[in-house]
Amino acid sequence: MQDATDITRLAVRARGITKSFGEVIALDGVDLDVAPGRIHGVVGPNGAGKTTLLGLLLGLAVADSGSLEILGVPVRRALAGPDGVAGFVDGPGLYPALTARRNLAALAALRGSDAYAASIDEILSEVGLTDVADDRVRGFSLGMRQRLGLAAALLTKPRLLVLDEPVNGLDPAGKNHVHRVLGRLAEDGSAVVISSHRMDDVEALCSEVTIVGRGRVAFSGPVDKLRTESGEIAYRLVTTDPSAAREVAVTTPGVHLADGASLGPRASSDALVVRAAVAALDELVVQLVHAGVAVRELAPVISPLEAAFLALTEQPEDDR
Amino acid sequence: MTAAIAGRATSDRRVPVSRGYRFEVVKLLSLWRLRLLIIAAWVVPAGLVIEVSRGSSLPADTLFGRWMHTTGWAGSLVVLGFAGTYALPLLTSLVAGDVFSAEDRLGTWRHLLVAIRSPRRIFAAKALASLTVIVLLIAGLTCSSTAAVLSVGNRPLLGLNGQVLAPSDAAAKVLLAWLCALAPTLALAAIGLLGSVTLGRSSMGLLLPALAGLAMDGAQILPLPVAVRVALPSYGFVAWRGLFTSPVQLGPLLVAIAVSLVWAVVATGLAYWLFLRRDFTSISTDGLVRKTLTVGVLPLAALFALTAGVLAVSAPATKGSGIDQSKLQHSVTTGFAYLYVLQAQQLHRPSITVPQLRASTSCDKGGGLVAASGPGNGWRCTVTWHIPGVSNAVGQAIYQLDVTPDGRYIADGDGPVQVNGYFLVRTPTGDAANPLWQFDGTVDLLATKG
Repeated sequence: MQDATDITRLAVRARGITKSFGEVIALDGVDLDVAPGRIHGVVGPNGAGKTTLLGLLLGLAVADSGSLEILGVPVRRALAGPDGVAGFVDGPGLYPALTARRNLAALAALRGSDAYAASIDEILSEVGLTDVADDRVRGFSLGMRQRLGLAAALLTKPRLLVLDEPVNGLDPAGKNHVHRVLGRLAEDGSAVVISSHRMDDVEALCSEVTIVGRGRVAFSGPVDKLRTESGEIAYRLVTTDPSAAREVAVTTPGVHLADGASLGPRASSDALVVRAAVAALDELVVQLVHAGVAVRELAPVISPLEAAFLALTEQPEDDR
Repeated sequence: MTAAIAGRATSDRRVPVSRGYRFEVVKLLSLWRLRLLIIAAWVVPAGLVIEVSRGSSLPADTLFGRWMHTTGWAGSLVVLGFAGTYALPLLTSLVAGDVFSAEDRLGTWRHLLVAIRSPRRIFAAKALASLTVIVLLIAGLTCSSTAAVLSVGNRPLLGLNGQVLAPSDAAAKVLLAWLCALAPTLALAAIGLLGSVTLGRSSMGLLLPALAGLAMDGAQILPLPVAVRVALPSYGFVAWRGLFTSPVQLGPLLVAIAVSLVWAVVATGLAYWLFLRRDFTSISTDGLVRKTLTVGVLPLAALFALTAGVLAVSAPATKGSGIDQSKLQHSVTTGFAYLYVLQAQQLHRPSITVPQLRASTSCDKGGGLVAASGPGNGWRCTVTWHIPGVSNAVGQAIYQLDVTPDGRYIADGDGPVQVNGYFLVRTPTGDAANPLWQFDGTVDLLATKG
């Protein structure tokens, strides 16, 4: 039976979080809301404060100022967070002399639950490590370690899972495994917070995103909202008649032709690069169809999230 | 942005120390090097003692080494002497010196903190787990070296005053001696914990107990004042010898154990204090050397100075070498008398007792040209005794003594040949050297007089 207060309870509620290391301000007035059942991405350039933020959520450190509630419990000192939080920052903590199964079994014994121990095989299967369950972790690849780290985090059946670069080093199959696992966890009502440098992963996985730059939040909200707010972005346009398409693009309001060199290795004589907001782009497609030009390909040169990320975190010229 | 959270209970639940302890023991025992060490500790000493005992030459320069043919209990004490100098500092290095720094190398601190949620409990679990493995290693050395008794023989052991210790008495004293060696080992283990916490992934943390042990052991063979030597935990690795004298030299042994335990507590306390103040969100090693010196080395140096000062003030005898003419004369007299009785038995001469001999000894150093005190090989002692059954007949035997700074000496018979020269005597266990030819002894460095 649910407590009435649980209805409005966020998995993470941070307000005005500030954290400094000596003279370095890692986080400066950060707000963050993560609802249960959502996968929330934290992105930002190197040194933006992502790992510090994730460390605070895991309870590894405490904020200098501001308030932080994890699973409805105010956190005022390090390692004092509530039960139900798991994850890793700076890579999973694994013991190379133990097998994958022993790593999980030792962790289950540490948590003192028979239920955890009973679910080891199931979790290993979930992350695709059944075949190497009895191999020592010493011989594991980076991707296998990442998956085992995820398995270790899942073992405790967390309600808030915090993962730093969880798909780092994973091959496409491994990445799919992880995406499926995280998706299922969110469907079951757990909140997931991940950081990643891979915008495509964040876009594919996350319903919400927080962009952090130099310790401050540049954007926080649904990924769709970011797309609509991102303004003009560059698209690669391939049609049956490039010269006609060029003429249509020039005459369509809100659409600008851009330098094809921005496509890099994907540049070709058939491809145009246009910059437009979503509404103008829709109009361009309509005009192309009216002009009898078939559209073979229309895709962002870079993802909207990446474009927004670059725009929001770009340093002013005089700061560089 | 809101949604219901499943009604699973929220609690601030920390992992009990007992579970953390099991976790740490599992991790330690998963390491091949520790498994090999444990197997070696439980197997090698027995093999070594049996092999040496069956060999033609014995380690006569090692305490009790000359009796390894005679009784298995001597072998265990030879192993104990070796362990105190080399094995135990090395073993504590590999266990306690690595128990914290291993997490730094593997990058697992954050994982551990998230799992256990209490640095205090992590420290307690790690300290207890490393203590467990160290005790397991010492137990192995003890059991293995004493198990050799089954092969070599459960026979009486000659004490350091020549007194004969019955097998049961020898067994009790040998086990007690190993138990006493636990105290200085704990001190080294605590230094290992401190090094491991302070120096992180640096290999110096791993080497610290071994280096500290060797340095302190080196101090025991230097001609330093007794107060300095006794203020070091390594004195505990030699103080157990007092169990094998008659009477037992209990004072130095108790002081050595107390000093070792104080070092263990202080070093563990410093390690604990440092560990709780560690910032696990930073992997910076800035200021490591300064921190090591100020928090690690200086407090232990202060403890050493304080202990030495207290000893010097409370026991004036400790200001010097602790070795003087009267102590040596008393010790040599006692040793000679007991061994004379033994020799009479072995040669099937009429039974005699120690009091009947009315033995006495006169020692000088350097032919009387230097002060009769301190260690050195220039000691010469003349033993005089009353020959039993012959009125007013007095015998004399001369010994050259090599006295080491830790109070141990080897008395080498210098005639007459038929008394303390080299010849073989037939014993129940086979031919053996004349017991009065060469014998070991030790003087009580803390005693005010012999």
